[in-house]
Amino acid sequence: MDLVWQGLVRAFEMLLAGDPELGRITWLTLRVSGTATLVSVVLGVPTGVLLALGRFPGRRLLISLVNTGMGLPPVVVGLWVSLLLWRYGPLGFLNLMYTPAAMVIAQSVIATPVVAAFTVAGVGQLNPRLALQITAMGASRWQLYWLLVREARLSILAAVIAGFGSVVSEVGASMMVGGNVLGQTRVLTTATVMEVSKGNFDVALALSVILLALTYGVTAVLTLVQQRRRPA
Amino acid sequence: MEGRRVRAAVLVAFLAGVLAATACGRRPATTEAGAGQERGETTAQEAPKPATPDVILATTTSTQDSGLLDVLVPMFEQKTGYRVKTIAVGTGQALAMAERGEADVVLVHAPDAEKAVVEKGAVVDRRLVMHNDFVLVGPPDDPARVRGTGTAVEAFKRIAAAGALFVSRGDDSGTHKKEQSLWKAAGITPQGTWYQESGSGMGQTLNIASEKGGYTLTDRATYLALRKNLRLAIVLEGDAPLLNVYHVMRVNPQKFSKVNAEGGKAFVEFLVAPETQALIGKFGVDKFGQPLFFPDAGKREDELGAKS
Repeated sequence: MDLVWQGLVRAFEMLLAGDPELGRITWLTLRVSGTATLVSVVLGVPTGVLLALGRFPGRRLLISLVNTGMGLPPVVVGLWVSLLLWRYGPLGFLNLMYTPAAMVIAQSVIATPVVAAFTVAGVGQLNPRLALQITAMGASRWQLYWLLVREARLSILAAVIAGFGSVVSEVGASMMVGGNVLGQTRVLTTATVMEVSKGNFDVALALSVILLALTYGVTAVLTLVQQRRRPA
Repeated sequence: MEGRRVRAAVLVAFLAGVLAATACGRRPATTEAGAGQERGETTAQEAPKPATPDVILATTTSTQDSGLLDVLVPMFEQKTGYRVKTIAVGTGQALAMAERGEADVVLVHAPDAEKAVVEKGAVVDRRLVMHNDFVLVGPPDDPARVRGTGTAVEAFKRIAAAGALFVSRGDDSGTHKKEQSLWKAAGITPQGTWYQESGSGMGQTLNIASEKGGYTLTDRATYLALRKNLRLAIVLEGDAPLLNVYHVMRVNPQKFSKVNAEGGKAFVEFLVAPETQALIGKFGVDKFGQPLFFPDAGKREDELGAKS
Protein backbone atom coordinates (compact mmCIF):
# COMPACT_ATOMS: atom_id res chain seq x y z
CA MET A 1 0.00 0.00 0.00
CA ASP A 2 2.90 2.35 0.59
CA LEU A 3 3.43 2.19 -3.18
CA VAL A 4 0.03 3.81 -3.68
CA TRP A 5 0.98 6.55 -1.27
CA GLN A 6 4.34 7.04 -3.00
CA GLY A 7 2.49 7.26 -6.29
CA LEU A 8 0.13 9.93 -5.02
CA VAL A 9 3.01 11.91 -3.55
CA ARG A 10 4.90 11.50 -6.81
CA ALA A 11 1.89 12.68 -8.81
CA PHE A 12 1.72 15.90 -6.79
CA GLU A 13 5.48 16.38 -7.02
CA MET A 14 5.40 15.97 -10.79
CA LEU A 15 2.44 18.33 -11.10
CA LEU A 16 3.97 20.95 -8.83
CA ALA A 17 7.37 20.71 -10.49
CA GLY A 18 5.66 21.44 -13.81
CA ASP A 19 7.56 18.64 -15.55
CA PRO A 20 7.44 19.72 -19.24
CA GLU A 21 7.43 16.13 -20.47
CA LEU A 22 4.43 15.35 -18.30
CA GLY A 23 2.67 18.43 -19.62
CA ARG A 24 3.35 17.36 -23.18
CA ILE A 25 2.10 13.84 -22.58
CA THR A 26 -1.06 15.05 -20.87
CA TRP A 27 -1.74 17.64 -23.54
CA LEU A 28 -1.24 15.07 -26.30
CA THR A 29 -3.61 12.69 -24.55
CA LEU A 30 -6.28 15.38 -24.48
CA ARG A 31 -5.62 16.42 -28.07
CA VAL A 32 -5.66 12.92 -29.54
CA SER A 33 -8.64 11.62 -27.58
CA GLY A 34 -10.52 14.92 -27.92
CA THR A 35 -10.11 14.97 -31.69
CA ALA A 36 -11.03 11.30 -31.96
CA THR A 37 -14.18 12.00 -29.92
CA LEU A 38 -15.08 14.91 -32.18
CA VAL A 39 -14.59 12.81 -35.29
CA SER A 40 -16.68 10.03 -33.82
CA VAL A 41 -19.46 12.49 -32.94
CA VAL A 42 -19.45 13.92 -36.46
CA LEU A 43 -19.65 10.41 -37.93
CA GLY A 44 -21.53 8.58 -35.20
CA VAL A 45 -24.43 10.91 -34.35
CA PRO A 46 -25.82 11.22 -37.91
CA THR A 47 -25.31 7.49 -38.43
CA GLY A 48 -27.15 6.77 -35.21
CA VAL A 49 -30.02 9.12 -36.10
CA LEU A 50 -30.42 7.60 -39.55
CA LEU A 51 -30.33 4.09 -38.12
CA ALA A 52 -32.88 4.99 -35.45
CA LEU A 53 -35.32 6.85 -37.68
CA GLY A 54 -34.65 5.67 -41.20
CA ARG A 55 -36.67 2.98 -42.88
CA PHE A 56 -34.59 0.91 -45.24
CA PRO A 57 -33.74 -2.76 -45.76
CA GLY A 58 -30.83 -4.08 -43.71
CA ARG A 59 -31.38 -1.50 -40.98
CA ARG A 60 -31.57 -4.04 -38.17
CA LEU A 61 -28.47 -5.78 -39.46
CA LEU A 62 -26.63 -2.46 -39.45
CA ILE A 63 -27.81 -1.68 -35.91
CA SER A 64 -26.60 -5.05 -34.71
CA LEU A 65 -23.25 -4.39 -36.39
CA VAL A 66 -22.97 -0.99 -34.70
CA ASN A 67 -23.87 -2.57 -31.37
CA THR A 68 -21.16 -5.17 -31.91
CA GLY A 69 -18.78 -2.35 -32.72
CA MET A 70 -19.21 -1.04 -29.18
CA GLY A 71 -17.12 -3.99 -28.07
CA LEU A 72 -14.49 -3.60 -30.77
CA PRO A 73 -11.22 -4.63 -29.13
CA PRO A 74 -8.71 -1.77 -29.37
CA VAL A 75 -5.83 -4.12 -30.20
CA VAL A 76 -7.78 -5.46 -33.18
CA VAL A 77 -8.35 -1.91 -34.38
CA GLY A 78 -4.69 -1.14 -33.75
CA LEU A 79 -3.58 -4.07 -35.84
CA TRP A 80 -5.88 -3.29 -38.76
CA VAL A 81 -5.05 0.39 -38.78
CA SER A 82 -1.35 -0.53 -38.65
CA LEU A 83 -1.71 -2.79 -41.66
CA LEU A 84 -3.38 0.05 -43.56
CA LEU A 85 -0.94 2.76 -42.53
CA TRP A 86 2.37 0.93 -42.83
CA ARG A 87 4.76 2.36 -45.42
CA TYR A 88 4.04 -0.55 -47.69
CA GLY A 89 0.37 -0.73 -46.76
CA PRO A 90 -2.43 0.68 -48.92
CA LEU A 91 -2.35 4.08 -47.18
CA GLY A 92 1.40 4.14 -46.63
CA PHE A 93 1.88 7.12 -48.95
CA LEU A 94 0.23 9.32 -46.32
CA ASN A 95 3.19 8.79 -43.94
CA LEU A 96 0.91 8.60 -40.93
CA MET A 97 2.32 5.63 -39.05
CA TYR A 98 3.69 6.56 -35.60
CA THR A 99 2.09 10.02 -35.64
CA PRO A 100 -0.70 11.45 -33.46
CA ALA A 101 -2.89 11.45 -36.59
CA ALA A 102 -2.63 7.66 -36.77
CA MET A 103 -3.74 7.48 -33.14
CA VAL A 104 -6.70 9.73 -33.89
CA ILE A 105 -7.72 7.44 -36.75
CA ALA A 106 -7.52 4.31 -34.61
CA GLN A 107 -9.35 5.92 -31.70
CA SER A 108 -12.06 7.29 -33.99
CA VAL A 109 -12.66 3.77 -35.30
CA ILE A 110 -13.07 2.64 -31.69
CA ALA A 111 -15.35 5.49 -30.58
CA THR A 112 -17.63 5.92 -33.60
CA PRO A 113 -19.64 2.72 -33.03
CA VAL A 114 -19.99 3.63 -29.35
CA VAL A 115 -21.39 7.06 -30.18
CA ALA A 116 -23.60 5.67 -32.96
CA ALA A 117 -25.03 2.90 -30.80
CA PHE A 118 -25.80 5.25 -27.89
CA THR A 119 -27.45 7.64 -30.35
CA VAL A 120 -29.59 4.84 -31.80
CA ALA A 121 -30.72 3.91 -28.32
CA GLY A 122 -31.33 7.53 -27.27
CA VAL A 123 -33.25 8.60 -30.34
CA GLY A 124 -35.13 5.30 -30.47
CA GLN A 125 -36.36 5.91 -26.95
CA LEU A 126 -38.22 9.10 -27.84
CA ASN A 127 -41.96 8.96 -27.89
CA PRO A 128 -42.89 8.01 -31.48
CA ARG A 129 -45.81 10.40 -31.33
CA LEU A 130 -43.37 13.27 -31.07
CA ALA A 131 -42.17 12.61 -34.61
CA LEU A 132 -45.76 12.47 -35.82
CA GLN A 133 -46.54 15.75 -34.17
CA ILE A 134 -43.48 17.51 -35.54
CA THR A 135 -44.25 16.23 -39.02
CA ALA A 136 -47.85 17.32 -38.67
CA MET A 137 -46.63 20.83 -37.94
CA GLY A 138 -45.08 20.92 -41.36
CA ALA A 139 -41.42 20.21 -40.59
CA SER A 140 -39.19 18.97 -43.36
CA ARG A 141 -37.33 15.69 -42.91
CA TRP A 142 -34.11 17.42 -41.85
CA GLN A 143 -35.96 19.74 -39.45
CA LEU A 144 -37.57 16.66 -37.96
CA TYR A 145 -34.21 14.98 -37.44
CA TRP A 146 -32.74 18.13 -35.92
CA LEU A 147 -35.61 18.54 -33.47
CA LEU A 148 -35.45 14.90 -32.47
CA VAL A 149 -31.67 15.13 -31.91
CA ARG A 150 -32.35 18.10 -29.65
CA GLU A 151 -34.90 16.09 -27.76
CA ALA A 152 -32.41 13.25 -27.36
CA ARG A 153 -29.57 15.51 -26.30
CA LEU A 154 -29.21 13.90 -22.87
CA SER A 155 -28.55 10.55 -24.49
CA ILE A 156 -26.32 12.06 -27.14
CA LEU A 157 -24.14 13.73 -24.53
CA ALA A 158 -23.98 10.37 -22.79
CA ALA A 159 -22.80 9.00 -26.14
CA VAL A 160 -20.05 11.64 -26.28
CA ILE A 161 -18.98 10.87 -22.71
CA ALA A 162 -18.88 7.14 -23.42
CA GLY A 163 -16.95 7.69 -26.64
CA PHE A 164 -14.37 9.89 -24.93
CA GLY A 165 -14.11 7.45 -22.04
CA SER A 166 -13.45 4.54 -24.33
CA VAL A 167 -10.62 6.23 -26.22
CA VAL A 168 -8.87 8.12 -23.45
CA SER A 169 -8.44 4.89 -21.49
CA GLU A 170 -7.35 2.82 -24.44
CA VAL A 171 -3.77 1.61 -24.73
CA GLY A 172 -3.44 -1.24 -27.24
CA ALA A 173 -4.23 0.65 -30.43
CA SER A 174 -2.33 3.76 -29.34
CA MET A 175 0.75 1.66 -28.64
CA MET A 176 0.56 -0.13 -31.99
CA VAL A 177 -0.09 2.78 -34.33
CA GLY A 178 1.62 5.46 -32.23
CA GLY A 179 4.61 3.49 -31.05
CA ASN A 180 4.89 5.35 -27.71
CA VAL A 181 7.54 7.64 -29.19
CA LEU A 182 8.94 10.07 -26.63
CA GLY A 183 7.83 13.64 -27.32
CA GLN A 184 5.73 12.62 -30.30
CA THR A 185 3.16 9.93 -29.60
CA ARG A 186 3.56 9.10 -25.94
CA VAL A 187 0.25 9.48 -24.14
CA LEU A 188 -0.69 8.81 -20.52
CA THR A 189 -1.78 5.21 -21.07
CA THR A 190 1.23 4.10 -23.12
CA ALA A 191 3.59 5.94 -20.78
CA THR A 192 2.01 4.13 -17.84
CA VAL A 193 2.56 0.73 -19.46
CA MET A 194 6.15 1.61 -20.20
CA GLU A 195 6.88 2.84 -16.69
CA VAL A 196 5.44 -0.39 -15.27
CA SER A 197 7.77 -2.45 -17.44
CA LYS A 198 10.63 -0.26 -16.29
CA GLY A 199 9.68 -1.02 -12.72
CA ASN A 200 8.94 2.64 -11.94
CA PHE A 201 5.66 1.92 -10.20
CA ASP A 202 5.57 5.29 -8.46
CA VAL A 203 5.77 7.17 -11.77
CA ALA A 204 3.22 4.80 -13.31
CA LEU A 205 0.85 5.43 -10.42
CA ALA A 206 1.38 9.16 -10.74
CA LEU A 207 0.54 8.98 -14.45
CA SER A 208 -2.57 6.95 -13.70
CA VAL A 209 -3.73 9.54 -11.17
CA ILE A 210 -3.22 12.28 -13.74
CA LEU A 211 -5.12 10.27 -16.37
CA LEU A 212 -8.00 9.82 -13.95
CA ALA A 213 -8.02 13.52 -13.16
CA LEU A 214 -8.00 14.41 -16.86
CA THR A 215 -10.82 11.99 -17.63
CA TYR A 216 -12.79 13.31 -14.70
CA GLY A 217 -12.23 16.91 -15.76
CA VAL A 218 -13.47 16.40 -19.30
CA THR A 219 -16.36 14.21 -18.21
CA ALA A 220 -17.35 16.75 -15.57
CA VAL A 221 -17.54 19.53 -18.17
CA LEU A 222 -19.67 17.36 -20.44
CA THR A 223 -21.87 16.27 -17.55
CA LEU A 224 -22.36 19.88 -16.53
CA VAL A 225 -23.51 20.71 -20.03
CA GLN A 226 -25.73 17.64 -20.06
CA GLN A 227 -27.38 18.26 -16.72
CA ARG A 228 -27.85 22.00 -17.16
CA ARG A 229 -29.82 21.26 -20.29
CA ARG A 230 -32.08 18.99 -18.37
CA PRO A 231 -35.72 20.02 -18.76
CA ALA A 232 -37.28 21.01 -15.48
CA MET B 1 -34.48 30.57 -23.67
CA GLU B 2 -31.58 32.66 -22.36
CA GLY B 3 -30.20 29.82 -20.28
CA ARG B 4 -30.38 27.41 -23.13
CA ARG B 5 -28.39 29.71 -25.37
CA VAL B 6 -25.66 30.03 -22.75
CA ARG B 7 -25.50 26.28 -22.39
CA ALA B 8 -25.25 25.79 -26.11
CA ALA B 9 -22.49 28.37 -26.23
CA VAL B 10 -20.56 26.58 -23.50
CA LEU B 11 -20.75 23.31 -25.40
CA VAL B 12 -19.79 24.85 -28.72
CA ALA B 13 -16.92 26.75 -27.14
CA PHE B 14 -15.62 23.61 -25.46
CA LEU B 15 -15.72 21.54 -28.62
CA ALA B 16 -14.27 24.35 -30.71
CA GLY B 17 -11.47 24.76 -28.21
CA VAL B 18 -10.54 21.11 -28.40
CA LEU B 19 -10.76 21.21 -32.18
CA ALA B 20 -8.63 24.31 -32.47
CA ALA B 21 -6.06 22.90 -30.11
CA THR B 22 -5.78 19.69 -32.04
CA ALA B 23 -5.81 21.33 -35.42
CA CYS B 24 -2.96 23.67 -34.73
CA GLY B 25 -1.04 21.25 -32.56
CA ARG B 26 -1.07 18.38 -34.99
CA ARG B 27 0.40 20.14 -37.96
CA PRO B 28 4.05 19.63 -37.09
CA ALA B 29 3.61 15.90 -36.78
CA THR B 30 1.81 15.36 -40.05
CA THR B 31 3.81 17.53 -42.39
CA GLU B 32 7.43 16.73 -43.04
CA ALA B 33 8.61 20.31 -43.27
CA GLY B 34 7.47 21.33 -39.80
CA ALA B 35 8.44 18.09 -38.15
CA GLY B 36 11.13 19.61 -35.97
CA GLN B 37 8.99 22.46 -34.73
CA GLU B 38 7.59 20.78 -31.67
CA ARG B 39 11.03 20.13 -30.24
CA GLY B 40 11.53 23.83 -29.65
CA GLU B 41 13.38 26.51 -31.52
CA THR B 42 16.73 26.10 -29.77
CA THR B 43 17.65 22.81 -31.40
CA ALA B 44 16.31 23.95 -34.75
CA GLN B 45 18.86 26.72 -34.93
CA GLU B 46 22.01 24.71 -34.38
CA ALA B 47 21.13 21.35 -35.86
CA PRO B 48 21.24 20.73 -39.60
CA LYS B 49 17.95 20.12 -41.43
CA PRO B 50 17.89 16.74 -43.13
CA ALA B 51 15.62 16.31 -46.15
CA THR B 52 13.78 13.40 -44.51
CA PRO B 53 13.92 14.04 -40.77
CA ASP B 54 12.03 11.04 -39.38
CA VAL B 55 14.07 7.95 -38.62
CA ILE B 56 12.25 4.85 -37.41
CA LEU B 57 14.39 2.85 -35.01
CA ALA B 58 13.05 -0.61 -34.27
CA THR B 59 14.69 -2.00 -31.19
CA THR B 60 14.39 -4.30 -28.24
CA THR B 61 12.67 -3.38 -25.03
CA SER B 62 15.94 -3.76 -23.10
CA THR B 63 17.55 -0.69 -24.68
CA GLN B 64 14.50 1.38 -23.78
CA ASP B 65 13.77 -0.09 -20.35
CA SER B 66 17.39 0.29 -19.23
CA GLY B 67 17.23 3.99 -20.09
CA LEU B 68 20.15 3.88 -22.53
CA LEU B 69 18.13 5.26 -25.42
CA ASP B 70 16.90 8.15 -23.31
CA VAL B 71 20.52 9.27 -23.25
CA LEU B 72 21.62 8.41 -26.78
CA VAL B 73 18.60 9.42 -28.86
CA PRO B 74 18.40 13.09 -27.76
CA MET B 75 22.15 13.40 -28.40
CA PHE B 76 21.77 12.02 -31.90
CA GLU B 77 18.83 14.30 -32.61
CA GLN B 78 20.68 17.33 -31.34
CA LYS B 79 23.75 16.54 -33.40
CA THR B 80 22.13 15.64 -36.70
CA GLY B 81 18.69 17.22 -36.74
CA TYR B 82 17.01 13.89 -37.34
CA ARG B 83 13.96 12.97 -35.34
CA VAL B 84 14.01 9.40 -34.07
CA LYS B 85 10.86 7.38 -33.63
CA THR B 86 11.92 4.68 -31.23
CA ILE B 87 9.67 1.66 -31.50
CA ALA B 88 10.63 -0.67 -28.67
CA VAL B 89 9.12 -4.03 -29.51
CA GLY B 90 11.56 -6.86 -28.94
CA THR B 91 14.02 -8.41 -31.37
CA GLY B 92 11.58 -10.70 -33.20
CA GLN B 93 9.19 -7.92 -34.12
CA ALA B 94 11.99 -5.44 -34.79
CA LEU B 95 13.55 -7.80 -37.33
CA ALA B 96 10.13 -8.50 -38.83
CA MET B 97 9.65 -4.75 -39.29
CA ALA B 98 13.04 -4.59 -41.02
CA GLU B 99 12.10 -7.46 -43.33
CA ARG B 100 9.01 -5.57 -44.42
CA GLY B 101 10.83 -2.28 -44.85
CA GLU B 102 8.77 -0.69 -42.06
CA ALA B 103 11.81 0.57 -40.12
CA ASP B 104 14.94 2.46 -41.13
CA VAL B 105 17.41 1.09 -38.64
CA VAL B 106 17.35 -1.76 -36.12
CA LEU B 107 19.27 -2.28 -32.90
CA VAL B 108 18.79 -5.84 -31.65
CA HIS B 109 20.49 -8.74 -29.91
CA ALA B 110 19.92 -12.08 -31.60
CA PRO B 111 22.95 -12.77 -33.85
CA ASP B 112 21.61 -15.91 -35.52
CA ALA B 113 18.26 -14.35 -36.38
CA GLU B 114 20.07 -11.19 -37.54
CA LYS B 115 22.28 -13.17 -39.91
CA ALA B 116 19.20 -14.72 -41.49
CA VAL B 117 17.78 -11.27 -42.18
CA VAL B 118 21.12 -10.10 -43.57
CA GLU B 119 21.19 -13.08 -45.92
CA LYS B 120 17.74 -12.20 -47.20
CA GLY B 121 19.12 -8.81 -48.17
CA ALA B 122 16.63 -6.89 -46.02
CA VAL B 123 19.31 -5.23 -43.91
CA VAL B 124 22.85 -4.10 -44.64
CA ASP B 125 25.80 -2.62 -42.80
CA ARG B 126 25.45 -4.82 -39.70
CA ARG B 127 27.83 -3.57 -37.03
CA LEU B 128 28.71 -4.71 -33.58
CA VAL B 129 27.74 -2.02 -31.04
CA MET B 130 28.07 -3.39 -27.54
CA HIS B 131 27.47 -6.38 -25.34
CA ASN B 132 26.42 -7.19 -21.87
CA ASP B 133 25.44 -10.55 -20.55
CA PHE B 134 22.45 -12.61 -19.66
CA VAL B 135 22.09 -13.78 -16.11
CA LEU B 136 19.90 -16.45 -14.66
CA VAL B 137 17.87 -15.06 -11.77
CA GLY B 138 15.64 -16.86 -9.34
CA PRO B 139 14.25 -16.85 -5.81
CA PRO B 140 17.00 -15.96 -3.32
CA ASP B 141 16.65 -19.35 -1.57
CA ASP B 142 17.31 -21.09 -4.91
CA PRO B 143 14.94 -24.09 -4.60
CA ALA B 144 16.39 -25.89 -7.64
CA ARG B 145 19.91 -25.43 -6.26
CA VAL B 146 21.26 -23.83 -9.39
CA ARG B 147 24.01 -21.84 -7.66
CA GLY B 148 27.39 -23.32 -8.24
CA THR B 149 26.46 -25.30 -11.32
CA GLY B 150 28.80 -23.15 -13.36
CA THR B 151 27.21 -23.62 -16.75
CA ALA B 152 23.89 -22.43 -18.04
CA VAL B 153 23.10 -25.80 -19.61
CA GLU B 154 23.61 -27.58 -16.29
CA ALA B 155 21.50 -24.97 -14.52
CA PHE B 156 18.65 -25.39 -16.98
CA LYS B 157 18.80 -29.17 -16.50
CA ARG B 158 18.48 -28.77 -12.74
CA ILE B 159 15.52 -26.43 -13.01
CA ALA B 160 13.74 -28.89 -15.29
CA ALA B 161 14.61 -31.86 -13.08
CA ALA B 162 13.36 -30.06 -9.96
CA GLY B 163 10.25 -28.88 -11.77
CA ALA B 164 10.95 -25.41 -10.39
CA LEU B 165 8.93 -22.60 -11.92
CA PHE B 166 10.58 -20.99 -14.93
CA VAL B 167 9.05 -17.88 -16.47
CA SER B 168 9.87 -17.50 -20.14
CA ARG B 169 9.42 -14.33 -22.20
CA GLY B 170 7.72 -16.42 -24.87
CA ASP B 171 7.67 -13.41 -27.19
CA ASP B 172 10.30 -14.27 -29.80
CA SER B 173 12.57 -11.56 -28.41
CA GLY B 174 16.36 -11.80 -28.35
CA THR B 175 16.25 -13.02 -24.75
CA HIS B 176 13.62 -15.61 -25.59
CA LYS B 177 15.67 -16.85 -28.53
CA LYS B 178 18.71 -17.18 -26.27
CA GLU B 179 16.69 -19.06 -23.69
CA GLN B 180 15.39 -21.47 -26.31
CA SER B 181 18.89 -22.18 -27.59
CA LEU B 182 19.94 -23.00 -24.02
CA TRP B 183 17.05 -25.45 -23.56
CA LYS B 184 18.03 -27.03 -26.84
CA ALA B 185 21.64 -27.33 -25.73
CA ALA B 186 20.41 -28.96 -22.51
CA GLY B 187 18.40 -31.45 -24.54
CA ILE B 188 15.15 -30.45 -22.88
CA THR B 189 11.85 -29.52 -24.45
CA PRO B 190 10.43 -27.26 -21.75
CA GLN B 191 6.78 -27.98 -21.11
CA GLY B 192 4.48 -28.60 -18.19
CA THR B 193 3.14 -26.49 -15.40
CA TRP B 194 6.61 -25.47 -14.22
CA TYR B 195 7.30 -23.72 -17.53
CA GLN B 196 5.24 -20.60 -18.08
CA GLU B 197 5.36 -18.07 -20.90
CA SER B 198 4.66 -14.48 -19.93
CA GLY B 199 4.34 -13.21 -23.50
CA SER B 200 5.63 -9.80 -22.44
CA GLY B 201 8.73 -7.67 -22.19
CA MET B 202 11.68 -8.22 -19.91
CA GLY B 203 10.54 -5.87 -17.17
CA GLN B 204 7.10 -7.41 -16.94
CA THR B 205 8.55 -10.93 -17.06
CA LEU B 206 10.89 -10.13 -14.17
CA ASN B 207 7.93 -8.81 -12.19
CA ILE B 208 6.01 -12.02 -12.84
CA ALA B 209 8.97 -14.24 -11.91
CA SER B 210 9.46 -12.23 -8.74
CA GLU B 211 5.81 -12.46 -7.71
CA LYS B 212 5.54 -16.17 -8.45
CA GLY B 213 8.95 -17.11 -7.11
CA GLY B 214 10.27 -18.44 -10.39
CA TYR B 215 13.50 -18.46 -12.34
CA THR B 216 13.99 -16.47 -15.52
CA LEU B 217 16.69 -15.56 -17.97
CA THR B 218 17.27 -11.83 -18.20
CA ASP B 219 19.74 -9.36 -19.58
CA ARG B 220 21.82 -7.84 -16.81
CA ALA B 221 20.89 -4.26 -17.65
CA THR B 222 17.15 -4.70 -17.20
CA TYR B 223 17.67 -6.75 -14.05
CA LEU B 224 19.90 -4.11 -12.47
CA ALA B 225 17.50 -1.35 -13.45
CA LEU B 226 14.57 -3.14 -11.81
CA ARG B 227 16.35 -4.85 -8.95
CA LYS B 228 14.91 -2.57 -6.28
CA ASN B 229 11.40 -3.96 -6.83
CA LEU B 230 12.34 -7.61 -7.27
CA ARG B 231 12.73 -10.56 -4.95
CA LEU B 232 15.14 -12.20 -7.33
CA ALA B 233 18.83 -12.93 -7.03
CA ILE B 234 21.42 -13.81 -9.64
CA VAL B 235 21.95 -17.57 -9.40
CA LEU B 236 24.19 -17.98 -12.43
CA GLU B 237 26.41 -15.63 -14.41
CA GLY B 238 29.62 -15.54 -16.37
CA ASP B 239 29.11 -18.59 -18.57
CA ALA B 240 30.31 -17.92 -22.13
CA PRO B 241 27.04 -18.75 -23.92
CA LEU B 242 25.34 -16.08 -21.81
CA LEU B 243 26.97 -13.28 -23.76
CA ASN B 244 24.37 -10.81 -25.06
CA VAL B 245 25.60 -9.07 -28.19
CA TYR B 246 23.92 -6.05 -29.75
CA HIS B 247 24.22 -5.19 -33.42
CA VAL B 248 22.90 -2.21 -35.31
CA MET B 249 21.97 -2.54 -38.96
CA ARG B 250 20.15 -0.41 -41.42
CA VAL B 251 17.28 -1.50 -43.59
CA ASN B 252 18.38 -1.94 -47.19
CA PRO B 253 17.27 1.13 -49.18
CA GLN B 254 18.03 -0.74 -52.42
CA LYS B 255 15.33 -3.19 -51.53
CA PHE B 256 12.87 -0.76 -49.92
CA SER B 257 12.57 2.57 -51.69
CA LYS B 258 10.68 4.23 -48.82
CA VAL B 259 13.45 3.69 -46.30
CA ASN B 260 15.16 6.78 -44.92
CA ALA B 261 18.60 5.73 -46.17
CA GLU B 262 20.47 8.81 -45.01
CA GLY B 263 18.89 8.79 -41.58
CA GLY B 264 19.57 5.09 -41.06
CA LYS B 265 23.17 5.54 -42.08
CA ALA B 266 23.59 8.52 -39.78
CA PHE B 267 22.25 6.53 -36.83
CA VAL B 268 24.57 3.58 -37.49
CA GLU B 269 27.55 5.92 -37.74
CA PHE B 270 26.49 7.67 -34.57
CA LEU B 271 26.26 4.43 -32.55
CA VAL B 272 29.76 3.24 -33.50
CA ALA B 273 31.40 6.69 -33.20
CA PRO B 274 34.08 6.86 -30.48
CA GLU B 275 32.24 9.48 -28.36
CA THR B 276 29.03 7.48 -28.37
CA GLN B 277 30.92 4.31 -27.54
CA ALA B 278 32.60 6.04 -24.61
CA LEU B 279 29.19 7.15 -23.39
CA ILE B 280 27.78 3.62 -23.66
CA GLY B 281 30.69 2.33 -21.57
CA LYS B 282 29.90 4.81 -18.81
CA PHE B 283 26.14 4.44 -18.84
CA GLY B 284 24.77 3.13 -15.57
CA VAL B 285 27.98 3.45 -13.55
CA ASP B 286 26.69 6.36 -11.50
CA LYS B 287 23.44 4.58 -10.68
CA PHE B 288 24.43 0.93 -10.33
CA GLY B 289 28.14 1.11 -9.62
CA GLN B 290 28.83 -0.89 -12.77
CA PRO B 291 28.31 -0.32 -16.47
CA LEU B 292 25.22 -1.87 -18.05
CA PHE B 293 26.80 -2.26 -21.49
CA PHE B 294 30.33 -2.74 -22.81
CA PRO B 295 31.15 -0.87 -26.03
CA ASP B 296 32.43 -3.11 -28.81
CA ALA B 297 32.43 -1.12 -32.04
CA GLY B 298 35.13 -2.26 -34.42
CA LYS B 299 35.65 -5.58 -32.65
CA ARG B 300 34.82 -8.94 -34.13
CA GLU B 301 32.13 -10.96 -32.47
CA ASP B 302 34.44 -13.94 -31.81
CA GLU B 303 36.82 -11.64 -29.95
CA LEU B 304 34.18 -11.23 -27.26
CA GLY B 305 34.96 -14.63 -25.84
CA ALA B 306 32.09 -16.61 -27.23
CA LYS B 307 30.02 -16.93 -30.33
CA SER B 308 26.31 -16.91 -29.83
